[in-house]
Amino acid sequence: MLIPLMLLTPLAFGLLLLLPAPALDDRNNTRMIALIGALATFVVSLRAAFTFDWSDTAAFQFVGSVNWVEAFGLTFSYGADSISLWLVLLTTFLTPLVVLGSFTALQGDVAGRHREFFMWLMVLEAAMIGTFIATDIIFFYICFEFTLVPMYFLIGIFGSMQRLRAARVFFLYTFTGSMLTFAGLLYVAWFAAQLNNGVWSFAIADLYAAARQMSPTQQGWVLATLLAGFAVKVPIFPVHTWLPLAHTEAPTAGSVILAGVLLKLGTYGLLRFALPMVPEAVVTFAPYIGVVAVIGILYTALICWVQKDIKKLIAYSSVSHLGFCVLGLFALNMMGVGGSILYMINHGLSTGALFLCVGMIYERFHTREMRQLNGLARAMPIWAFFMIFFCFASVALPGLNGFVSEFLTLIGAFNATQVLGPSYAVPAAFGMIFGAIYILYMAGKVVWGPLKVPTESHGEHDEDHAHGHEQVSDLNIREIATLVPLAAACLVLGFYPTPMLRSLEHPIDALTAPVRQTLAARAADPQPLHVEAPGFDTASLGVTASLEASR
Amino acid sequence: MMERITTLWPEIVVLIGACASMLLGLSPSVITRRATPWVVGITLVIAGIVTLGWPAGAVLGPMVDYVKLAVIGVGLLLLAVVAGVPDQLRAVIETDERQIAGRGFEPANTLRGEFYAFFLFSVAGVMITAGARDLVWLFLALELTSLPGYIMVATSRDRIQAQEAAVKYFFLGAMAAAVFLYGFTLIYGATGTTEFTGIRDAIVAQYTDTGSLHPLLIAGFALAIVGIAFKIAAAPMHGYVADVYQGANVAVSAFLAFVPKTSGFVALILLLGLIPNDIFASQQLPPALFWLIWIMAAATMTIGNVLGVLQNNIKRLLAYSSVAHSGYMLVPLIAGAVPTSGEPGGGGAAVLFYLVAYGLATLGAFAVLGCLQQRGEEAQTFSDISGLARRHPMLGAVLLLSVLSLIGLPPMVGFVGKVYLFKTAYDGTGGATAAIVLVVIAVINSAISAVYYLRIAAASFFGDGREAAQPIAAPARLTGAAIAAVVALILGLSASHLVDAARAAGYAARPPLARDTTPPVDMSKLITAPADEPR
Repeated sequence: MLIPLMLLTPLAFGLLLLLPAPALDDRNNTRMIALIGALATFVVSLRAAFTFDWSDTAAFQFVGSVNWVEAFGLTFSYGADSISLWLVLLTTFLTPLVVLGSFTALQGDVAGRHREFFMWLMVLEAAMIGTFIATDIIFFYICFEFTLVPMYFLIGIFGSMQRLRAARVFFLYTFTGSMLTFAGLLYVAWFAAQLNNGVWSFAIADLYAAARQMSPTQQGWVLATLLAGFAVKVPIFPVHTWLPLAHTEAPTAGSVILAGVLLKLGTYGLLRFALPMVPEAVVTFAPYIGVVAVIGILYTALICWVQKDIKKLIAYSSVSHLGFCVLGLFALNMMGVGGSILYMINHGLSTGALFLCVGMIYERFHTREMRQLNGLARAMPIWAFFMIFFCFASVALPGLNGFVSEFLTLIGAFNATQVLGPSYAVPAAFGMIFGAIYILYMAGKVVWGPLKVPTESHGEHDEDHAHGHEQVSDLNIREIATLVPLAAACLVLGFYPTPMLRSLEHPIDALTAPVRQTLAARAADPQPLHVEAPGFDTASLGVTASLEASR
Repeated sequence: MMERITTLWPEIVVLIGACASMLLGLSPSVITRRATPWVVGITLVIAGIVTLGWPAGAVLGPMVDYVKLAVIGVGLLLLAVVAGVPDQLRAVIETDERQIAGRGFEPANTLRGEFYAFFLFSVAGVMITAGARDLVWLFLALELTSLPGYIMVATSRDRIQAQEAAVKYFFLGAMAAAVFLYGFTLIYGATGTTEFTGIRDAIVAQYTDTGSLHPLLIAGFALAIVGIAFKIAAAPMHGYVADVYQGANVAVSAFLAFVPKTSGFVALILLLGLIPNDIFASQQLPPALFWLIWIMAAATMTIGNVLGVLQNNIKRLLAYSSVAHSGYMLVPLIAGAVPTSGEPGGGGAAVLFYLVAYGLATLGAFAVLGCLQQRGEEAQTFSDISGLARRHPMLGAVLLLSVLSLIGLPPMVGFVGKVYLFKTAYDGTGGATAAIVLVVIAVINSAISAVYYLRIAAASFFGDGREAAQPIAAPARLTGAAIAAVVALILGLSASHLVDAARAAGYAARPPLARDTTPPVDMSKLITAPADEPR
């Protein structure tokens, strides 16, 4: 019952916020209810993590199913393996922090709409959890698609200047892609039904087995439809163009959730569906996807370098980072995929935190322009500490979380000579260097140097930091409380990621098994031009070993 | 024959109710006249009870009952939405005021009786369409559905545009009727009978004898399909839709979007059911008809959605959305309406399900517009609904749910409907490339449609509301809209019953063969048995 509870708690709190009770018009009550709801969900997910049987991480646990449309074999069935569980924990961990971070985010003419704001956040949390725990492909798709609605309203109502355009572009771009995915998923289900005497099922396990029997051409088309939805969501170059706009215009909470969790839905979808379902096509097209990923890493890193808006810079850096994630995923080996999953979590933590830091600056100065902000460390030392800390986490400084995952994805790509190989890993490694350059360049301008803040302040200041316009207030207790858990998580995952990586080994093994078979078959077949990969054996190159090597 | 009449009790109830409301609408007492919609409501409830109590399924197959219940159920909500339309007419208001002031009663100027009676006549038309087992019957039933619609459009508003719309609707409707009637005569010419079982047997015999179908027969079906495209607002007969929906009162537009469309699709299912596609090797319709429907589906949804994006008037926008949804509903029909041997419930079942899903969603959207007024006129521009959600959360929520269902976003019923449509298109054609391409066109169209549906949601949620329309006191309309939206959500989350009903209905849409009622048709039996060809 833990999973339904996890889904329904945020939904219930969200609906609670809609009740026509005058007490809820008070901002303090609303945000406390939202915070309690988000924390309750986190507690439930922690409970799930503690009752989870960590010795059998590949098996779906807490499974359950509710019939939906029996005639089509549609169900709401759920369950979690360790990959799902970690991503759910990321979601439930980030949401309370986002709520806490948004206590004073609503200013100006939307100040009175806090009920809607927190309601949509809660609904969004439920939808995100649903995506990770669904074991029925249409249930997954429903949650995947439904995340668009709350996000559309969060951006459209509470965003900054160009919010309407950003919300529209975000919705239409991702909706178009995922509609094609929908057609593809239905096709797979139809194919499975043909093999199963016309009995339809959308259970992911059933579709895995059936889809592998498709011809390479069919697999290629199915992969294309999956990529249409998931590549837009990730986003992979060249379909990343919606992201900077959406990120820049979204309110802080929206940016954090978008970068922290929503982008991971794309990589999660590729991992959960593309790899096990259409292994032939994945192996064939992995090099091409790898090329696109590397271009994305380098190209967007260069774009970051010339940004003037801090938030836009971090948004583009997300595209670059997710490029590593995709590269690791399509390395198709234990290290690459493991690093990629770790990267999903780490990117969520560090980039989410960076967006929170920028949001705090925006709440104070109503600008994100780098040339208007300078030397904030002099006025806001605590903020500067966190900003630099998360910048380092983001540029993969050894000892912080980003390093392990980035290194693993690169090593994975390097070793995957059958699909990617050094010619992919080496250019991608330059992305790391570019990453350090643009982030430190930004930090150098904004954090260090002589103090400079905008002289005229646009909106009214909030009562929480009602100082004079000239005086700059450093972070208050609430804001520090928002950032400390994130920093702690970054440190822990930086120094001791082994338990998490180890828990991921079995499910990755299961998910990549079909791809491995295909690779082995192709290696045995003299026809393909690929060279045999010597280091592909996961037993000899387990994650633990690689970790020791990385130290 | 007696057996046939026993299936008509619900229709008889509705027709009696129509006559009663015609008389009541002319009553010298103002209070009685104002009670007419209640009589209509009670009539529909009784008709529903009769349908449930004395189902016609045993004689005519469960599709009849499904269609009757669907049209009665959505009809009740539609009644809630259209109730009050005559009360806004100048002539009616003046008549009532004169009489209350004691200056006598002018029966000629009170339009309530006609309006509500025609509403019921049209509903009865759909019910009779579903029970058709003969081409002549089908033609008459289709006309019974459409003719009241022309008058309802004309009398729904005090504006010249309403009359213009009615005239357009009438002339184009008459032309369409001529087209499908011509089609019917060709089918009669090719098979020698107007009776469905006879036509079906003749087609089977023709195919078994010659290995192909007579061109006259194909031409007849093609003309019939194109003619019926008018009723369902599909290309190439979609030209009238925007003008008529815009000209009519918004409540009547909601009526037009559901009732004639339902009768058209039911007629289409019945006609396509006459071609037993499981006798062909490919288990598909004859290529000419397959491609006709394929092109119509692709053109209809593309035209509907592209023109929908260009609209600035919400009534016109919803009109083009109505066109687009007809396009989606044509998609599974490329596989024919009746089930192939493998899967019970062919394209027809998916269409029957989607009709309800679409009816609920579009009703909600139109009704919300009907609840608003701008300078004495109904709301129809984006600035009219700007900021609606903030000022009237209830109307905003109904509009949002309706729009989400129209986009086909989960968990609304529109999503389940799309799953059903596209799944059936794959299933029924055996995953033919043409079907896959059509489904891809359909999903791209869904994405295009999101553009204009989102404009509605955006205006309502993000707008500043500077020139917004004011709400009018229309509790019945608001209730009807709210129920439709909530039902659209609930049906999305628990679609199983409706899907099962639609499947059962779609399975039985095929008229039984004279000799052999169990599908699939046993080919050897057909060849050896002497085919009683009527010619």
